[in-house]
Amino acid sequence: MTGDYIVTYYRPVDDDPVFKALADPTRRHLLDRLFERDGRTLTELESELEMTRFGVMKHLRVLEDAGLVVTRRHGREKLHYLNPVPIRLVHDRWIDKYTEQHVSALVDLKNELEETA
Amino acid sequence: MTTMTAQTTQVYSVFIKATPEQIWDAITKPEFTQKYFYGSHVTVTPEAYRGLDGAGGDLVVGTVFEYEPPARLVHGWRALYDPETAVEDDSRVTWEIEAQEGGYSKLTVVHDQLEGAPKTAQSVAGGWSYVLSGLKTLLETGEPLVG
Repeated sequence: MTGDYIVTYYRPVDDDPVFKALADPTRRHLLDRLFERDGRTLTELESELEMTRFGVMKHLRVLEDAGLVVTRRHGREKLHYLNPVPIRLVHDRWIDKYTEQHVSALVDLKNELEETA
Repeated sequence: MTTMTAQTTQVYSVFIKATPEQIWDAITKPEFTQKYFYGSHVTVTPEAYRGLDGAGGDLVVGTVFEYEPPARLVHGWRALYDPETAVEDDSRVTWEIEAQEGGYSKLTVVHDQLEGAPKTAQSVAGGWSYVLSGLKTLLETGEPLVG
């Protein structure tokens, strides 16, 4: 078992690669493009970005390692799909916990203000 | 809210620390599905996929096309929980379960053939992430997601 192998195996089940993947504006841009319409080939994605094919491939690879992009073969084409589940997991683990109370307090405040208005 | 048309092929994937058999049970048995799948009691036979609400009313029904425990399940999807989705064409859901290193399994859900079911496509677009996140939490902690 090599060191590389271990790193690869822990990747998909860890939050770190998700945060790292999202910490880059180009990759967030790629996710937004896929959110608009996914099931796209590398060539289609490349045509919308001012970047070399190699650059797009590199960024897609980081997104794929983080589980944010999933590829499926369709005939001879490799299609890229946005997988929102890792973002949902980050939301459930890291965001819900810290925002729930504040949000409900704001909702209470809004209701109170609207009632008295 | 976005006004965009939802995708006609949707792909969702998650790694779960569980065996393929445990995942198969969690997606095909009502005692599990009611804890993470919007409370629905799902039963799956080699012929039919059926999700019922607590009162026994149909939420989702579909013909089973492929039934290969614990690796692959393909079935039709007609969402009866909303009158607008109930009249749309059947779409298709594929569950793929692959064993991974370290006691993990990879679960992939593909919801496709949604061309004739735009309301259904919109309805399930946010739902699958919630369902798979809940399924992962249930299998890894034994507890349903709170909230």
